[in-house]
Order: sequence, then C-alpha cells, then structure tokens
Amino acid sequence: MRVWKYGDDINTDMLFPGKYTYTCSTAEEVKPHLLEDLDSEFAGGVKQGDIVMAGRNFGCGSSREQPVLGFKAVGIAAVVAESFARIFYRAAINQGLVLVECPEAVAAFKDGDEAVLDIEGGKITIGGKVFEFPPLPPEILAIRDAGGLLNYARAKLEERANHEMRS
Amino acid sequence: MGQTFAQKILAGAAGLPSVVPGQIVPIRPEHLLTHDNTAAIIGKIKDDLEKYGVVRNDLSIIVLDHVTPAANEKTAAGHKSVREFVGKYGIKNFYDVGVGICHQVVVEKGHAAPGMILVGSDSHTCSYGAVNAFSTGVDRTEAAALMLVGETWFKVPPTIRITLRGTLKPPVSAKDLILTIIGDIGAGGATYQAVEFHGDVASLDIEQRFTVANMGIEMGAKIAVFPFDAVTEDYLTSVGVARSDYEPVWADPDAEYIRELDYDLGAIEPVIAMPHKVDNVKPISEVEGRRIDQALIGTCTNGRVSDFHAAAAFIEGKKVDPGVRLLLLPASRAVLETTLADGTMEKLVRAGGVLLPTGCGPCLGAHQGVLAPGEFCLSTANRNFKGRMGCKDAETALASPETVAASAVAGKVTDPRKVA
Repeated sequence: MRVWKYGDDINTDMLFPGKYTYTCSTAEEVKPHLLEDLDSEFAGGVKQGDIVMAGRNFGCGSSREQPVLGFKAVGIAAVVAESFARIFYRAAINQGLVLVECPEAVAAFKDGDEAVLDIEGGKITIGGKVFEFPPLPPEILAIRDAGGLLNYARAKLEERANHEMRS
Repeated sequence: MGQTFAQKILAGAAGLPSVVPGQIVPIRPEHLLTHDNTAAIIGKIKDDLEKYGVVRNDLSIIVLDHVTPAANEKTAAGHKSVREFVGKYGIKNFYDVGVGICHQVVVEKGHAAPGMILVGSDSHTCSYGAVNAFSTGVDRTEAAALMLVGETWFKVPPTIRITLRGTLKPPVSAKDLILTIIGDIGAGGATYQAVEFHGDVASLDIEQRFTVANMGIEMGAKIAVFPFDAVTEDYLTSVGVARSDYEPVWADPDAEYIRELDYDLGAIEPVIAMPHKVDNVKPISEVEGRRIDQALIGTCTNGRVSDFHAAAAFIEGKKVDPGVRLLLLPASRAVLETTLADGTMEKLVRAGGVLLPTGCGPCLGAHQGVLAPGEFCLSTANRNFKGRMGCKDAETALASPETVAASAVAGKVTDPRKVA
C-alpha cells in the first residue's frame, strides 16, 4: 500500500486531461491517462489499496467523472484531502469512491509513513497516530449503500412503478 | 433571522419554511443541461431508458458544443447517438452543432429565469446566476440519474456577500473584476459556498454579469448570483421570457453571511491570471511586454456581442502582429449574426483574426487552436490549467477582451489603457 501525495488545488485537467474527455469514457480507457500531466509515474505504478492524499480543493475545475472512474478501477482505497471541490465530491459519492476530508491527517503525513484506513470506524492512522473524521450524512450513505447513484435511482424507479400498480 | 438567496431557493424547493446551511434537501430542477457528454450519459442508462423512458421530455436541454463540428469518427458517433436519443424520446430542447456554447444558448433561448433551479453536467452551469437563477454543475452519473428520476439533493451552502460600489472605468471590464475577486478569495476559497453580488450592480449589463457568474466555479462556488432588476427584466423580455413567467428571489436584508467583501469598481485595474491557476492573478504591469503566440477572444466567458465590440475598438484599422494567431470564438450563432451584420466580425477578420465555429474547442484543448510546447496563449476563457489547451508544456493566461485585443495587435501583453 502506497500513499501518493500531492498539493493544493489539484484540478481536473491534472487528474485527467481535457483533451481525452470525448474519446475516453470507460474506466479501461481512462486508466492509462490518470494523472498524466501531474505525475507520469502514477498510472503505471498505482496498485490496489493505494491512497491518494492531497491538500485543499482537490478535484477543482470541470465536471469530469473520469478520474473518479479511474481511481475506482485501479483500486484506490480512498482519497484523503484537506478539502474537495464540490462536483468531484458528488461524483465520488455517486460512484462509491471513498473520500476522507481530514486536514489534520494530511498535515501529519510524512513521506514513508504508513497509512491505515478504517472507513466504517471513521479513523485513519498515519505513522501510528490516529485521526478521526466525521461520518457521512444518512442521505449520502443511502446512495453509497445502494451501490452508487444509478442503483439508488433504479430502486426509486421500481418503487414508483410498484406504487403506480397498487394505486 | 433572514435567509440568503440560496436558503430561500432551497427551502422553497423542499417545501420548508426555512433551511440552514449544512442541511440536505431534495430538489427537482426545472432543467438539466448536458452537451456532447450526453452520449456518455445515456450510455450509462441504456437499459433503464428502454424500461422507464425519461422522466420528462422538457427536463433536458441538450446542446452539442464541446467538440463541434466533430473532430473525428468517435466524436461524430457520439453526436449521432445524441440525435437519435433526442428523436426517440422527443426531447424538446435540443440544439445541434453551430447554435452556440451551451451556457450562452440556455440564457439566450430563455431557458433560465429568476428563481429557477437548473443543474448541468458542466461546471460553468453557474453562469445563469447572471439572471438570478440558482444553477450549478453536477457529474455525468448524476445527470443520468436525473434523466430517469428528475430529482437529486443539495446541501444548503453558506454564502459570501460581495458588495460592489461605483462603476468600472473602461477599458477595465467585468473580466478584470471577477479575476480580481478570484485572486483575493482563491481557487478554493468559496468551495461549498454560494456567492451573492450586492450594491451597484445596475451598472453591469447582463453580458458583464454573465462573465462574472460564469467564473464563480473558479473560486469553488456552488452558485454566483445577481439580484433581479430592470436590467434582468429588459434582457429576459428581449429573449422572449415574459415577466409573468417567473418569480425573482433575493436575500433578506438581515440574512447571515459567512464572509463579506467590498469592491470599489472604479479602483479595479486590468489584471491577468498567469499560468497555471486562475487565482494566480497579477496586475498587468507585472506581465507587460511578455511575447504571446496565440490570442483567443471568445468562449462562454467573453464571447458575446459587447466583448467583440470591445475587442474591435483595439483592432479596427490595425493588423494583428504577424507573430500572433488571433482566434475568434463567438459564444453563439446569434452573437455571430449580430457581429457579422454590424461589421464587427469583418473588422476583426480583416485585421488577421481567424473566425472559428461557435463552440468550446480550443478552450479545453479538444481541437482547434491547440498549443505547442513552449507557446504562450493569452485568452479570454475561464481556465488556465496546465494542459488545458491540449499541451502540458504550453502556457495559457487569462485576461479581458480589451487586454487580449490590445496585446494581439502589439504581439505582447499590453495594458489596454495605454493604447485606448
């Protein structure tokens, strides 16, 4: 497990270049271009269970869900940042990618530190030190628990269809 | 306690008397904007569409603009699949290649109105705050779910209140104002927050308000919104939206804000956002004289009639520097028609400008006007991220149409006040 650490304001063009947005849509097409203009070692070196860590405003810029699909596909366990841009945050919820907003953990991390994540417990351990982060609100957990937004929407459609049949 | 614009809109949407920042509320947006990415969005829900259809055929506004006309077989096939979807489900609001850039089209065709909630699978959906609408970006998956169920959720944002005083001194323009604000607040300074503009906003016309609202996302804002006034009403009437069709919403005088900022418009100076962050804002004096390779005037930020008029004032009767490629990118066919009819576009083309089809192409490096390593582009667009114009080893800087036009003629970054 490795932590890939980056700075503040990592924008969507750094996560996945805009020039590919209309030629790469699936996770498999996205994977080789992940972080292409930010860190040329990432796409080739990332492994299942790795963590991406960053500073403030991670994922700012465009509405671009390819980096979220890509992170899920390569098995990123979580993105831990001081804060996230809102469209990226929503995209992560909708795909079930775990985001952890924990400025203290980011500040404490030093190169080579081990990071252990306990999502259900709301804890991340960095170099032996434990940091807590607040749980997601129930409205958001419902989307995650349904297996992402589309499954959540499908359940709602089924419910509406059943309701119409009964009434 | 009074309520902000965002609180009132979201309380109204949820059917609640009031809401507080941080509260999550269900919403049913009036419209959902999607563009070329409609192809990928409907691809996610192919079987669901077969089974359930779309929730409403007047929910979606679809505008093909991002890679138009198609740059290759893949983008052409994407456009084709969107047209087939539009036909099959009777989507009411569809605008094919050449009508304009989606945000301009939404406003120009009268789809955005005061007090309305709109969402779009594009970050610059915040633009419609110019006409007192609550509008913001979502991702493709959320757009797909919205097409099926028509509802989603919002967290009520806290609000920053920005009060404007006085008037801008031409050739200083709205672009200089919003870049100055972003430089102060920072690229993430308004993340999860709403931004309201108060004070002497009457001196800003709808096109200037559009430029300001369009860039709200560049400081992380969920929405960036102007009050409704006579300027809004006159504009909406001109695009066929009657006063009886909408109900404006505005903050209470005693609403509570997370932060308050004041700007003296008369003190705003020409500025430039240097690579590679939009908040890397410098007074133009610090960059003057820098050679430029390409100049881009247009986009959804500054591609309207007043922008081309402002640019023409600096270019008319002159020639673009032979070392500069000047690209002209009108925000819509309507803008193009007006600027063709009044002679503005002819002046710009005769001076050496290259007229591009209306759309987004060069702004996101998708096609047309891609940069080579080592090149420097001065642009009126809204983003200067590394690699944004298709090359990670090139640089893009952002400025007003006045500054870009004056610089295109001089071949180097030029303060428009010195050549006006």
